[in-house]
Amino acid sequence: MTPRQRRWLFLAAMACLAVFLIWGLAGLPGFGNYPGPYGDIINRIAVSQTNATAVVSAINFEYRGFDTVGEEFILFVAAAGVATVLRRLRGEREGPARDEAPGRGLQPTSEAVRAVALALTGPTVVMGWYLASHAQTSPSGGFQGGVVLGTAFVLVYLAGQFLAFERISPVDVTDAVEAVGAGGFAAVGITAVIMGLPYLQNFLPLGTIPGAVSSSGTIALISFFVGVEVAAAFVLIVGELLDQTLLVREGSG
Amino acid sequence: MNVTPAVAVVTPYTVAPGLMDALQVTILVLVAIAATAVVLTRVPVRQAIVLSVYGILLAVLFLAFQAPDVTLSELTVGAVALPILLLLTLAKVKRPPARGRPPRTPRDQEREK
Repeated sequence: MTPRQRRWLFLAAMACLAVFLIWGLAGLPGFGNYPGPYGDIINRIAVSQTNATAVVSAINFEYRGFDTVGEEFILFVAAAGVATVLRRLRGEREGPARDEAPGRGLQPTSEAVRAVALALTGPTVVMGWYLASHAQTSPSGGFQGGVVLGTAFVLVYLAGQFLAFERISPVDVTDAVEAVGAGGFAAVGITAVIMGLPYLQNFLPLGTIPGAVSSSGTIALISFFVGVEVAAAFVLIVGELLDQTLLVREGSG
Repeated sequence: MNVTPAVAVVTPYTVAPGLMDALQVTILVLVAIAATAVVLTRVPVRQAIVLSVYGILLAVLFLAFQAPDVTLSELTVGAVALPILLLLTLAKVKRPPARGRPPRTPRDQEREK
């Protein structure tokens, strides 16, 4: 196909797409206008039904908890996939960390980056746990908290060296923690089944005060497990990539 | 269509509706500019940094549209996690092999013909 033909094909396809896009956009409900009934119903009943004041978390971990299990395992499989693709292959060897090897050509980490990373590590850990453990009370949840927790590990790498990152997150431990997080979520659901309830039914006491940290039963528990799983998956993926970048080289020597 | 009239809730944090509209339009324009900047940045390392800025702007956009949960997700994933993964991947693929000639890409082979 000549470039000229290709251009005409592209323009024709774009014109078709534009027509359908404009047609679709013209049929959208007005900005900020919500026509469906479910959102209004959920808004009315969620707080009294679950004692969670964060309705988004109530939907994620309770009403649509089954969807969230699926998302959780997407992440789990993705991390496993990264670990599989980035495993050490035949014909590759691990050398000393590139940011440690003598006579390396890399720029040393600036003191400013190290100082900032060091100062942020502690607050980041606190923030991560806060987010993961307060899904039931305020806008937050296990996913956000987990990534923030994982970022703390990256800050340790920035503040120190790769060896420090590896020491605080050995792959075996990270693997196990990730499995506990993913399995914990599924186990909460199965526990409900064992108790004769539907899968993922909230079987824990809901507490008496909506918005208290101890309220909302399994919502808080599931958010905690999600936080653990996401943090471990993130650390695992970043660790595998750092491994590849800094340690693995070609050659079998 | 059955639209219930919005009830004006007055709190100490209530701002004039026009002000909120102005904020939302401003941030929408900024996000559009940042998205274009991401596409137009040709050097991958710089693109990862611009992408991070775009992620932060998108997080502010979600905040301006009163979606704090999505704000947190976008802030952590779009502004931090994704650029980190991209930078690490770029660091890996940019490194020349330890010894011998660099591997030939399909483009190299085409050029040699």
